[in-house]
Amino acid sequence: MTDDTQKMPKHRSPVPEEELLSGDSFLDPAEEGLFCQDRPEPVSPSRVKIVRDFCNWAQANSVFILAFGTGCGAIEMRPLFTARYDISRYGMFPRPTPRMSGLFIIGGYASVKTIKRIVRSYEQMQAPKFVMGLGSCTVNGGMYWDSYNTIKRLDHYIPVDVYVAGCMPRPESLIAGFARLKELIRAGKAEGANRYAKDFEWYKRNQRRIITDWNMPEHNW
Amino acid sequence: MNETILTLEQRFGARLEAHRRDSLVFVSVPADRAAQAVAWLRDRGGFTHLVMISCVDWIERGTFRLLYLLSSPQERRDIGVYVDIPRDAPSMESIHHLWAGAKVYQRELREMFGIDFPGSPGVNDPMILEGWHDIPPMRRDFDTLAYAERTYYPREGRSTRDPAADTAERVYPTDEELRRGIADLARRTYPGGSKDGES
Repeated sequence: MTDDTQKMPKHRSPVPEEELLSGDSFLDPAEEGLFCQDRPEPVSPSRVKIVRDFCNWAQANSVFILAFGTGCGAIEMRPLFTARYDISRYGMFPRPTPRMSGLFIIGGYASVKTIKRIVRSYEQMQAPKFVMGLGSCTVNGGMYWDSYNTIKRLDHYIPVDVYVAGCMPRPESLIAGFARLKELIRAGKAEGANRYAKDFEWYKRNQRRIITDWNMPEHNW
Repeated sequence: MNETILTLEQRFGARLEAHRRDSLVFVSVPADRAAQAVAWLRDRGGFTHLVMISCVDWIERGTFRLLYLLSSPQERRDIGVYVDIPRDAPSMESIHHLWAGAKVYQRELREMFGIDFPGSPGVNDPMILEGWHDIPPMRRDFDTLAYAERTYYPREGRSTRDPAADTAERVYPTDEELRRGIADLARRTYPGGSKDGES
């Protein structure tokens, strides 16, 4: 599990501080009004324990994966989905759109161009939603530690529930990561969507720091 | 190949840079006649395939050296055309009218090195770097590590190990360990302390 609430380190950004959260999007006029402009709100779980447990149990057993290969780690998802490591045994399978899926696997390195698409896809997913960081690149940059275009820490841009370290982790490691994620969901600890809603400004600030041409709506769901 | 090089020297002022083998040579051509030379190679020399356009940042000489790598599938031979262009005002004639695919290379060179190709379709559109504000990242005076450290968030506790030293330390025993290991083995094999065990 990660700790997203720590203090953000001081960094010099290509974008001046005052422009970071000014709210000016270079949105296509044809797309105006098509998107919700409200800030996400945290959803607190039910106060009744048996309802809460039932919801967690149901969520843990129907985790649908967004089939969006964002890096070289996506190559490990093919044997995972198909006959060899058939993960439909665990009640998981890939879904084609963010609206249908609950788990986003970031498969390795994420360039700035990709993180833009990752943010859009993540925000379009319906809560409760979970993120799994796959590979060393999502943890600390991995072999792209000195790259000009690859992010180092995924949890500064979207909340991450489980990291699977390795370069590349084999499908067995991913299955272990799924088991860990299910434990967290059943214990009610996989609260990534609520963390994102709670620290929304912090995440947006980090995203705007690297996505300097913000030609997408402020909130995308 | 020799007559091709001869024609390039006579008509386009080319200079032979390297003769790797009979099927692969490199020539350098002045920048103002390079596009003509490439067009001639395509139409008359049989080099109908553009393999790639590449670039080297010669910061010491103050030039960018472009490489047009052409291939002749019929005669199975390749030619590389070097073009030196000044580093302070990098601009080169576009060859997208010869090969439509050249516009992709030119767009990439525009983005990564800042070389302009006037007239090339979409050459100023971002390809990989959306919203890039710094100097082009493949130039050698661009400090990649410093940029990465000030732009992205380094995670504390990351350490780097030298692969050679690490392997030597963890996998291979040192000479001293080897000697001690052989002595131990000898002592166990010859417990009475025979002559062989003394070594």
